[in-house]
Amino acid sequence: MNQRLPPQPGEWIDRSQPISFRFEGGDYQGYCGDLISSALWANGVHMQGRSFKYHRPRGIYSLAGHDANAVFEDETKTNIRGDLVGLRSGMDLRAVNTKGGLHHDRLSIVDRFSKLMPVGFYYKAFHTPRWLFPHYEKQIRQIAGLGAIRAGQTAQLTPKDYGFCQVLVVGAGPSGLSAALAVADQGVDVLLVDEHAHLGGSLTWQSGGDEKSQELCQELVNLAQAHQHITVRTKTQVAGCYADLWVALVDDVRLTKLRAQAMVVASGVIEQPAVFGNNDLPGVMLASAAQRLIHLYAVKPWQQCVALVANSDGYRAVLDLHRAGSSVAAVVDLRDDAGDCRFAAQVHQLGMRVLMGSMIYEAVPGAGKRSIRGAVVCPLGADGRLRENQSQVIDCDGIAMSVGWAPAGAPLYQVGGKFSYDTTVEQLVPREMPDNVFAAGRVRGVFGLDERLTDGRRAGLEVARKLGHGSNELPEKISVTGPAPSHPYPVFRHAKKKNFIDLDEDLHFIDLVNAHQEGFDNIELIKRYSTVGMGPSQGKIANMNSVRVLARLNDKSIDQTGTTTSRPFYQPVSLEHLAGRRFHPLRRTPMHRWHLEAHAEFVHVGSWLRPEYYAVAGQDRETSILQEASHVREYAGLMDVSTLGKIEVAGPDAVSFLERIYTGRFAKQNTGKLRYVLACDEMGVVIDDGIAVRLSDNHFYVTATTSGAADFYREMQRWALIWDMDVQLVDVTGHIAAMNLAGPQSREVLQKLTSVDVSPEGFPFLGVRRGEVAGIPASLMRVGFVGELGYEIHVPAGHAAHVWTEIMRAGASSKIRPFGVEAQRLLRLEKGHLIVGQDTDALTNPYEANMAWAVARKKQFFVGQRTLQVLNERPLTRKLVGVKMAPGYRGPFPEECHLIIEQGEMIGRVTSFAPRSTLGYGLGLVFVHPDWSEAGTKVCICVDRGAKIEAEITSTPFYDPDDLRQK
Amino acid sequence: MKILTCPVNGPRPLQEFQYGGELREMPDPDQANDSGWADYVFHRSGEPAIKREWWYHLPSGIWFVAERDNRLDEIVRTYLYDAKREIGK
Repeated sequence: MNQRLPPQPGEWIDRSQPISFRFEGGDYQGYCGDLISSALWANGVHMQGRSFKYHRPRGIYSLAGHDANAVFEDETKTNIRGDLVGLRSGMDLRAVNTKGGLHHDRLSIVDRFSKLMPVGFYYKAFHTPRWLFPHYEKQIRQIAGLGAIRAGQTAQLTPKDYGFCQVLVVGAGPSGLSAALAVADQGVDVLLVDEHAHLGGSLTWQSGGDEKSQELCQELVNLAQAHQHITVRTKTQVAGCYADLWVALVDDVRLTKLRAQAMVVASGVIEQPAVFGNNDLPGVMLASAAQRLIHLYAVKPWQQCVALVANSDGYRAVLDLHRAGSSVAAVVDLRDDAGDCRFAAQVHQLGMRVLMGSMIYEAVPGAGKRSIRGAVVCPLGADGRLRENQSQVIDCDGIAMSVGWAPAGAPLYQVGGKFSYDTTVEQLVPREMPDNVFAAGRVRGVFGLDERLTDGRRAGLEVARKLGHGSNELPEKISVTGPAPSHPYPVFRHAKKKNFIDLDEDLHFIDLVNAHQEGFDNIELIKRYSTVGMGPSQGKIANMNSVRVLARLNDKSIDQTGTTTSRPFYQPVSLEHLAGRRFHPLRRTPMHRWHLEAHAEFVHVGSWLRPEYYAVAGQDRETSILQEASHVREYAGLMDVSTLGKIEVAGPDAVSFLERIYTGRFAKQNTGKLRYVLACDEMGVVIDDGIAVRLSDNHFYVTATTSGAADFYREMQRWALIWDMDVQLVDVTGHIAAMNLAGPQSREVLQKLTSVDVSPEGFPFLGVRRGEVAGIPASLMRVGFVGELGYEIHVPAGHAAHVWTEIMRAGASSKIRPFGVEAQRLLRLEKGHLIVGQDTDALTNPYEANMAWAVARKKQFFVGQRTLQVLNERPLTRKLVGVKMAPGYRGPFPEECHLIIEQGEMIGRVTSFAPRSTLGYGLGLVFVHPDWSEAGTKVCICVDRGAKIEAEITSTPFYDPDDLRQK
Repeated sequence: MKILTCPVNGPRPLQEFQYGGELREMPDPDQANDSGWADYVFHRSGEPAIKREWWYHLPSGIWFVAERDNRLDEIVRTYLYDAKREIGK
């Protein structure tokens, strides 16, 4: 049956672009500009889905994006909303959550047992026995729910963009358009956003009895679109408003993160249903949905309908329906008196039957409840109750409901606005808002068209003034007047309970009553227990009625009852819009290209990429690492240490600053000498280590660990401020590259490239020299980094690759090899050197880490000193010591974090372990209780899969305990 | 996302900043007894109030102080730390 009307003025469909599509196996036609739901209704398809729990037939209800029962899926996507998504050519849709198709849904039997499923049914019925719950859950999920997710779909990447505007106007109805024009006329830039495809808001669909409104709409839209200070975005939802007007805008394509200076919310109202028997079946819909069908999509809603009204908007809908050829069998008005309403007068003039002081008791279902065939109408008694014995049945295939509105106040709630209930309009209206947010129009209870235009204009001028534009003269604030467009309580009990409060979640009126009786008498509790308002539409057409019901059950006012919190998002937002791409800052050293060509395998350390080891064809990782390490011990190796933090400390207070930052002393450090440095925080916990070079009296150069450098530099800056010291700090980590040349042959290699005297006497251990290396000015430092003769060479980053290449060339005859982070860790582990952050944790103090030697005893002050004084007087609770396996041991090896167990108690933990070392046995560092820390003690380490292995506590260093090789 | 006003760079989105904890005055380590010192090191007040906090602008490396009302989630003011002025506050 074709229900398409002849062309309507202002219709949104494009009749020159017909579209073919499929639904539940049938072929249909629609037009470009149709919603899926409007196209189906035009084809006579009124049953468009099944409900969430009881599988009752459902159709169009709001046609404004709040219909959670006309939900579809195709081969790739699920939960496609019929009243949100535009029709596209070739769509092949099915209703979600059916077994055997929409028409023969075998699960529709659930509806017959709904009486056996009171509120909280799942909690009560499936609570015990607990072990059966997974089984129940599986069954429930098959019966109740939405579309099934299709795994295996390729991820869709969507663009994200950032936006800025002076004023964001939400909603492009008469109030929003008027506000936007008023602001823009002051020369302020406006972004005007509307969720629908066209501007105009209610002017586009609510014209009954006022034919001028469409002309006015066109006029305002033309002005807005032509205005140089107005940018328009349609089909865009204000998904969420966050702190300081950071607003998420979502359209089909992208998420925009918008920062606005001020905002005008003219988002209007959402029509609310009446609650009566079978108020959910296909054919029952909000009057605004019927008007949208007529004006926007040129679809005739019904052949003959009954209009249930409680406001003047209802009479306007009746006039629209009449004009579209849907005959109105009766107008049922909940009120005794329609007041002085020109629309009601027009309806009377047309000779329509109007039943005042009456209510619909129930809709009479058609076959299979797939339609309705009548309305049972009863008069209301003086007590407000239905007089069921005086009922009459009026034949109809549709019921239009126009009994009230609720503010679309999400943006206001989300910026911290407060609403309160105004009985003049029987609506929640904003009372308090942040000072850069304004509301206009029906969202604040202003309903008359002229008043909305004035209200919008005033909001626009107010916001302009807030931003320092325009005059101080403002039009007088429009006050809210009656008669109320909303009925205070359009909810009626039905004997068989099929009167729905929430269509998303299939909740009846009686479910709320029962939940209340069970003690869930608070709005937030009743929501969570009954799940009212927790469906896909988030209660936009359910919450207001549930608040009214609860208020009456508690005998309290709406304000005393309160509302649930309105959180982002306004409409469901698909995850593809939220998922970000992983952008991490990544730093590469100047020698990166060389490492690549040498087949380095890289590892992330902090934000750096470092060579972990250099792969050798046909050889496994462990062997390569061991070979690199052995090579350093026997010949020479070169390592890229550019990632070390490098900080210049200069100024008259440099010495005293370092003395306060580090645990050691610097006053007597000679120029041209370096010292090991250790830093603690105020808790006495080890946070960083490195070396400090004294370049001149008041100038030091210090290094920090690769991953700790940024934090440590930041702390140095802060302490310098707090201590008010005359010291300059410069982080030169990126400016200076560094390499470590180590091994018995390193002196010969370096000799070839520099004129600096590198003889043992001319350049002793812990010495620092300036000079050229391979023609590049460099700082040379004699360090014991890996326990061999070694030099750290610091050069400007731009020349580092050259120096590196030259050293490798000069070292060829000495069998030089590059070595990576893993070989370095092994070499340092053999020397018993700890790595801050690896062998220390967030509580490690220097005493337990065997670093007491690095803490100066007599010193005026350093960070952590006072805490260490306390700790030093207490017995140690753990100690960092070496551990080794017997040579020739075969079996599982300990790994980091494996526990040391003694008599069922944990007495320690492994912090580092190398199964293969240049010494021929497995070795590592462990934290262990002091009672077990004596060298030679045998401990039991619990390794993977529960196996227990024996290891021996040993003193460190494992290698060259007298440090003869590095000197 | 909130906007924080760096005293040098002006209003910037919060993601450019790092929180540095409450601004506290260190007691004289030589005068403080152990429990007094532990109180300074470990205890933080969660009392609703206007808090003085350290904030760091990451791209430019600037420490400053923000006075934040944690009851209203509002930044009252921000300013550069001046040791001479802070003493005795």
